[in-house]
Amino acid sequence: MYETNYHRASSVQEAVKLISGAAEGKYLAGGMTLIATMKQRLAAPSDLVDLRHIAEMKGITVNGRSVRIGAATTHHDVASSVELEAVCPAICALASHIGDPHVRHMGTIGGSIANNDPAADYPAAMLALDATIVTNSREIAAADFFTGLFETALNDDEIITAIAFEAPAKAAYRKFPNPASRYAMTGVFVARRDNGDVRVAVTGAGSNGVFRHQGMESALAGNWSPDAVGNVSVDASDLMTDLHASAAYRANLIKVMTKRAVAAA
Amino acid sequence: MAKITMTVNGRQVSGTCDDRTLLVHFIRENLGLTGTHVGCDTSQCGACVIHMDGLSVKSCSILAVQAAGSSITTIEGLAKDGELHPVQAAFKAHHGLQCGFCTPGMVMTAVDMIARHGSGLDEATVRYELEGNICRCTGYHNIVKAILAAAAEMGGARQAAE
Repeated sequence: MYETNYHRASSVQEAVKLISGAAEGKYLAGGMTLIATMKQRLAAPSDLVDLRHIAEMKGITVNGRSVRIGAATTHHDVASSVELEAVCPAICALASHIGDPHVRHMGTIGGSIANNDPAADYPAAMLALDATIVTNSREIAAADFFTGLFETALNDDEIITAIAFEAPAKAAYRKFPNPASRYAMTGVFVARRDNGDVRVAVTGAGSNGVFRHQGMESALAGNWSPDAVGNVSVDASDLMTDLHASAAYRANLIKVMTKRAVAAA
Repeated sequence: MAKITMTVNGRQVSGTCDDRTLLVHFIRENLGLTGTHVGCDTSQCGACVIHMDGLSVKSCSILAVQAAGSSITTIEGLAKDGELHPVQAAFKAHHGLQCGFCTPGMVMTAVDMIARHGSGLDEATVRYELEGNICRCTGYHNIVKAILAAAAEMGGARQAAE
């Protein structure tokens, strides 16, 4: 790891101030991706501003069907939240399958979303839940937030402070994990609202990151059942091919994971 | 350079290290507690698992400065008054190790797992939660047996005390 200077912020305001004084600063959340990347010398921030001790960025609030999750809330805390489980068990289940127990004790929802790894689980949930990404300066709709591989709408020095969404009537997430890394080779989050609106978001498969699948959505809006997606065609031309799976294999996984998610919702 | 203080195995310790020093290196080299191992160095194997503020974490993926002010337990902090911790005793009784390199991480993981699930811990959960710990010798069977036995014994001990 290259040299770096560590700073610990106790408020959002202090974090912004600390990073503005840095040559090439980076915010450090749980660090489960960033520290590993720095160890490989693929990232070399001059300064790290630790967000893990900012009380205002932690915790889960559920008010009726309205959910707000502080960005520094760990995967473990999302997975084990009784309040969240009562209104949106799908997001608890998703969090309980990220990495391993030790990673879940450190990794945070805000960190995962800000990193926007094309195989991360949370971005699919954000899109399908029509979530709002709250930052220190504005609110961004999930639809406008994820802009490409590891790319987001965040400005330099902008901090995600929370995510907010209305819990849907039904939702579930299913992924086909890579047997070694457990990252999603394809993951599908489905959500259905009381008004019949359906969203299907796919991670781990798109060559430009997380995306919604309109074909699946219209099929499921007409008939909310696993059988409804059988005849939906999935275009493989915009899907990733790598050593783990071809685009055609991922196209089939999208269908299979959608079926499983709908069956589980 | 950073001067940091933390509580390790119940004792307050201080040390000076680079901001980039990993917690596992601080524990091994500054504090001389070499029970915590570095296996893969890519945050996959779990040989470096310790507890930070009561939760299992991978000390190879955390900077020592991030842990400043926290309370750390390492494998050296488990045995009390020369008596093995019940999880350590169960690993011995069930031959839950061969070469022993992964064992400190396995034991720390098991203690955390039992603390979260109690005596209701079942085999499927144990196997699922060993996701982040790799053992190249045992095939995991005896590790799973040891953890289940320790969970049952510790649950029993709690009931007996009540």
